[in-house]
Amino acid sequence: MPTTQPLSFDDRAGPAPRRRLRPLAVLAAIAAVWEGGKALFALPGYQLPHLHEILGDFLREGAGGERWVWIMAENAAYTALESVIGFLLGASVGLVLAIAFAHSRLLERGLLPYVVASQTVPILAIAPMVVVWLGTSWFSKAVIAAYLTFFPVTVNMARGLRALDVDAVALMRALAATPRQVFVRLRFPAALPYLFTALRISATASVTGAIVGELPVGSRFGMGVVIINAAQYYNWRPANLWAAILVSALIGIGFYHAVAAVERRIVRGRSTASAF
Amino acid sequence: MSPPIIEAIGVGRTFRSRAGATEALRDVSLSIEAREFVSIIGPSGCGKSTLLRIVGDLVEPSTGTVRVNGKAARQARLDRDYGIIFQTPVLYDWRTVTENVRLPLELAGRPHAEREARPRTLLRLVGLEAFAEHYPWQLSGGMQQRVAIARALALHPPILLMDEPFGALDEMTRERLNLELLQVSDETAATVLFVTHSIAEAVFLSSRVMVMSPRPGHIERVVTIDLPRPRADGMRAATRFFELVTTVRESLHEDPALARDAAPPDMRRP
Repeated sequence: MPTTQPLSFDDRAGPAPRRRLRPLAVLAAIAAVWEGGKALFALPGYQLPHLHEILGDFLREGAGGERWVWIMAENAAYTALESVIGFLLGASVGLVLAIAFAHSRLLERGLLPYVVASQTVPILAIAPMVVVWLGTSWFSKAVIAAYLTFFPVTVNMARGLRALDVDAVALMRALAATPRQVFVRLRFPAALPYLFTALRISATASVTGAIVGELPVGSRFGMGVVIINAAQYYNWRPANLWAAILVSALIGIGFYHAVAAVERRIVRGRSTASAF
Repeated sequence: MSPPIIEAIGVGRTFRSRAGATEALRDVSLSIEAREFVSIIGPSGCGKSTLLRIVGDLVEPSTGTVRVNGKAARQARLDRDYGIIFQTPVLYDWRTVTENVRLPLELAGRPHAEREARPRTLLRLVGLEAFAEHYPWQLSGGMQQRVAIARALALHPPILLMDEPFGALDEMTRERLNLELLQVSDETAATVLFVTHSIAEAVFLSSRVMVMSPRPGHIERVVTIDLPRPRADGMRAATRFFELVTTVRESLHEDPALARDAAPPDMRRP
């Protein structure tokens, strides 16, 4: 039986082992530019610490005697959990809004300005209020993460649900499909690539949201708290803040790839652009 | 004489937009008997696709009435009395070939056993059983259109509506699919209404060819194709075939503006 490999848009894709090495090569290049720039412009440590100082910070003992690698890991886990819950919450709200918009132009025209307005208000201004309303628990952080998550999903998915091939709709009509059948068998699956594009954006936005949610006074855990503390002591220990940034970025990258992996499983049989 | 399976009386259609009104069809009447193979040929923009879609109740006529399978066109659509094939295959790319063919059976709520068995039978009919689990984008254009034909046949419709189904394919694939289509329409005893702008294709396939005028389209002339059935590839070289092609071409040429448009280059050879 003939088999065909799914096509990849990435024509440069070499054999698998070499492809896996590519991120490492990029990492090496970044390190070279970092250290090179630091040497070239004679940047002092408080402007740009050495990479080994940042990595070394993970091994330093904190005030409680615990090594920073564990302190970071605990707080990262806390932030990641808030992000995931906020992401799921926001994606659900975004999806419901998108479906509502796709079904009713009137609803879209009425609500969309407020949805857009919600995103133009700086999240930093809203976060303290949400914390006041909902308390300093993980839940208020998840809500803030959801606040950043739902918007891309709403906008992209509403668009995807509308972007329909005319003949694909005509076919459904010719087959006397009910509106529900058209939605379940055509509109929703056809819009899935749009949904996942939005979810990839939302995955990283939800991490930002959770961290911002941890900044207001009263929070005790999470990368936001680590970042606030590290910023206060920046002049003494600049590497600590850089390490916190690195960890926060890793949470976002991990989350992005998790969504991309789910996408590859669900949007099966379609030649989607690969994540990298 | 049995009642016609497709009947249009005084059908017209005007499209209105901000740019103004466009009269696509004017006073079209036609009558097609069961098991006929009728082609509609005409220049681009003559409204032949619109006419097909009016028969399928995908477009509403502005004037006139259409009866399909003894019912109003709308009722025939709701009863799934026809299968339709478009110029593009319109396959859902998240479904395998089998799942695409199964779609009409799902929508009609057919029992599980039929949903399993019928796609297998149909894929054998169109010679694609080896590709049952492939995705549409893994197939060539000709194979994709075969899947579309199999899907159109899923619910045993008495009528097939085909809107330039082979227009996007190369000449060799098109001729092979012409033969396969004749076999399929014989085996399924379906009445076929076939829109094309290839004169040779219309003559080779049809029992009658309806020639349409440019916009606003109406049926200018009906040419009865008296080539013997079943048709075989050799007939494309027969004298009678060329006579009929010439007749159809001359009907189109009556308006010199569309002669250039309607005659494919291969038909200009002496």
